[in-house]
Amino acid sequence: MTPQNLSYQSLPGPADISRTAFSNGITLLTRSNFNSQSVTIKGYLQAGSISDPADKLGLAALSADALTTGTRQHDFKALHNRIESLGASLSFSSGVLSTGFSGLSLAEDLATLLDLMLEVLVEPSFPEKQFKRLKAQFLAMLSIRAEDPADMAALTFDRLLYQGHPYENPEDGYTHTVQSISRQDIAAFHQQYYGPRGMVVAIVGAVEPDQAIDLVANSLGQWQNPHQLVQLQVPDHTMPQGILREHVPIEGKSQTDLIVGTLGPNRLSPDYFACMVGNNILGQFGMMGRIGESLREKAGLAYYAQSEYGAGLGPSSWEITAGVNPDNLERAIDLISKEISDFLREPVSADELADTKSYLVGHLPLTLESNLGVAITLLNLERFQLGLDYLQHFPRLVEAISASDILAAAQKYWHLDQLVVASAGSSLT
Amino acid sequence: MNDQLITYELENGLRVYLKEIHTAPIISHWIWYHVGSRNEQPGNTGISHWVEHLQFKGTEKFPSNKLDRLISRLGGHWNAFTHMDWTTYFETLPAKDLDIALELEADRMVNSQYDPDEVELERTVVISEREGAENSPMFMLGEAVHLAALPSHPYRYEVGGLKEDLYRISRDELFDHYRHYYQPANANICISGDFNAEEVLKKIQAYYEHIPSKPNMPLILPNEPELENEQQVVVRGPGETTYLEVAYRAPEACSKDFFGFTILNSLMSGPASLNMFGSGGVSNKTSRLYQALVEEELAVAVRGHLSATIDPYLYTINFIIHPMHKPEEVIRAYDDQIQALQDHLVPADEIARAVKQAKALFAYGSENITNQAFWMGYANAFANYDWYTHYVDSLSEVTPTEVQRIAQKYLNPNFRVVGTYLPGSSQEALN
Repeated sequence: MTPQNLSYQSLPGPADISRTAFSNGITLLTRSNFNSQSVTIKGYLQAGSISDPADKLGLAALSADALTTGTRQHDFKALHNRIESLGASLSFSSGVLSTGFSGLSLAEDLATLLDLMLEVLVEPSFPEKQFKRLKAQFLAMLSIRAEDPADMAALTFDRLLYQGHPYENPEDGYTHTVQSISRQDIAAFHQQYYGPRGMVVAIVGAVEPDQAIDLVANSLGQWQNPHQLVQLQVPDHTMPQGILREHVPIEGKSQTDLIVGTLGPNRLSPDYFACMVGNNILGQFGMMGRIGESLREKAGLAYYAQSEYGAGLGPSSWEITAGVNPDNLERAIDLISKEISDFLREPVSADELADTKSYLVGHLPLTLESNLGVAITLLNLERFQLGLDYLQHFPRLVEAISASDILAAAQKYWHLDQLVVASAGSSLT
Repeated sequence: MNDQLITYELENGLRVYLKEIHTAPIISHWIWYHVGSRNEQPGNTGISHWVEHLQFKGTEKFPSNKLDRLISRLGGHWNAFTHMDWTTYFETLPAKDLDIALELEADRMVNSQYDPDEVELERTVVISEREGAENSPMFMLGEAVHLAALPSHPYRYEVGGLKEDLYRISRDELFDHYRHYYQPANANICISGDFNAEEVLKKIQAYYEHIPSKPNMPLILPNEPELENEQQVVVRGPGETTYLEVAYRAPEACSKDFFGFTILNSLMSGPASLNMFGSGGVSNKTSRLYQALVEEELAVAVRGHLSATIDPYLYTINFIIHPMHKPEEVIRAYDDQIQALQDHLVPADEIARAVKQAKALFAYGSENITNQAFWMGYANAFANYDWYTHYVDSLSEVTPTEVQRIAQKYLNPNFRVVGTYLPGSSQEALN
């Protein structure tokens, strides 16, 4: 390959992504990269906290953590000795709609890591002693969360934005709901929701696609769970009814964390690209877009101040976040309101739009610098059914967005009298 | 991966490190200055970090809004970091845009404006950054432990500086700090990625060779005398969770003891990644301290930290205490593990395992172009590039006897600081 003659055709696409659907319901995506001897595994199963009973919130999250506490073949120490001795890692973590997994190893150890992954997925033993220990660790982390203003602002924001919707609940639950979870609950959750149907695996790194397919065929490809239930579908949700404001007092904190936001469209919506491009102008481009310019550059109020639009399969939040001195909280809210107001009143300028499009298109190859970046992208191609040639089309999709598209999307989703304002930190004076 | 390294030194002392990697249409450009909190004294702590912020506020040629827009329009990723020993600025960009990184870094090495109004606005931003960190009990505990463990060395201060200094430091002091340290003889340029080294070297010469240099005298700081006895520090603050941090003096990165200490840390609390971007870690569930403390439900988490620094610094171990136990119980069980390391040789296969883990972590970091450029500069900031290329070999040479000797030499309970964060309201220091 000669310098500087690469183009978007060199990004992962139909020519070098291998997609295999196994008969047990697993989809495998692979792409080779022999720059180093490492291999990344990343994926998800259809087992999320959306299935948590109301009195046992945290069940999916605790189940994911408990997978690696022991199997029928290996106790806790033996299992982790196998993984850590390779210099490898293997972890599971639950979200609302799925449980994700991540693995990393040298290429020479990929087969071993896949075998271990199958073992913990299929025959975890959930040892009672380890379960008690894990639960105590989990509860300790919830205590730490309760004292963290950023975490508590986010928790409060979700509760207010998603009232009556499964997304209102924290994936990690609350202390009292976690305390009520038993080892039997974990084992039942595993049997009901962990299975190959709907599971997606991405393998990226120093392995040929055929070899990766063979390895998965001989490990995860053999998995069957006739008891696997179909997970609940995520329902729609409505915009906030009025201004919903709440402050969580946490004494002794130097900084207050603030989130102002609303409900945006999901990733599959036709409005997605207008919102994504608009969000970049609002609070991402350069030093955190218009929000960063207002709160950090001009007012000097905050080290971080930005907007985030994390579009997923369900109703997705569109948030503006900032960390400010408690004395500056109201001023920060006023400045954010002004920026939202401006965003709703006039189309973004031609320069802003050109800058942001240029950024989004130019930045894409940089997100694919590492195996992990490629693996995450492959999973998104599958999760949102974007097509293997999506990255090649991406510049065209961004280029199609106009200033009036962004204004129409902003006016559709942002309303100054329908906002959630959540903050956490020292008591309000 | 083509890992041919080209090095060059301009007449004004600027050192250049270039590594062509033609696997993606990307370059990563880093410029490293030998200045950080190591170069600060009481009264101006945090000044290097604040200067780093102000370097984004523009020059006559690249006013602040233009500077940011220029890089971002390209889709580039740019940022800066200030550490104890160094300050670095990087741009990872589409390969065709390397010239912009070269031009802007050469320009802001000498032409940053330090507008008084911008300085004042940034004062509240650096204070806000510190206040965000203060929300973490671990930060508050770590700061108190450092102050106790290092009575005089500048490493005792957080890189972000003391709040009273952030309120006091003037625009002229910031500008003087910038002019003193930002010059070719005090800098390294490191570039990796999709470029032609010969062409790029000519461009670097054109951008930099006219910039005069007044080399700084090497800063030689006296080593801290040993602590006279165990120090105890108690920090009280909000929350329900108790934290513990134990700190010992640790060798500098160029010391022959550093690699043995790295193995010791791996055995004690798990392998630590050296990489900065796009890499992963290895869990520590089979490490000695996890087994003795977390498995025995005295703590819910444990991690050790060893840093590669110019001067001897600290080795710290952090614990989150199990809610049903007290810090004293954790310390007792911990001390038993230290005693075992001091009394008995560790099995050779335990060291071989730690080396394999380090080798894997090393591979995870080298898949990434940004990390490749990072390492050229980072290694030179406290040692040299050979330190990095020989890293795994150096670890492989560590023997059980050496690990035992290092445990005996450095992990002496009489020469340590034990810090505890207790849920409460005020701070007090014992001793």
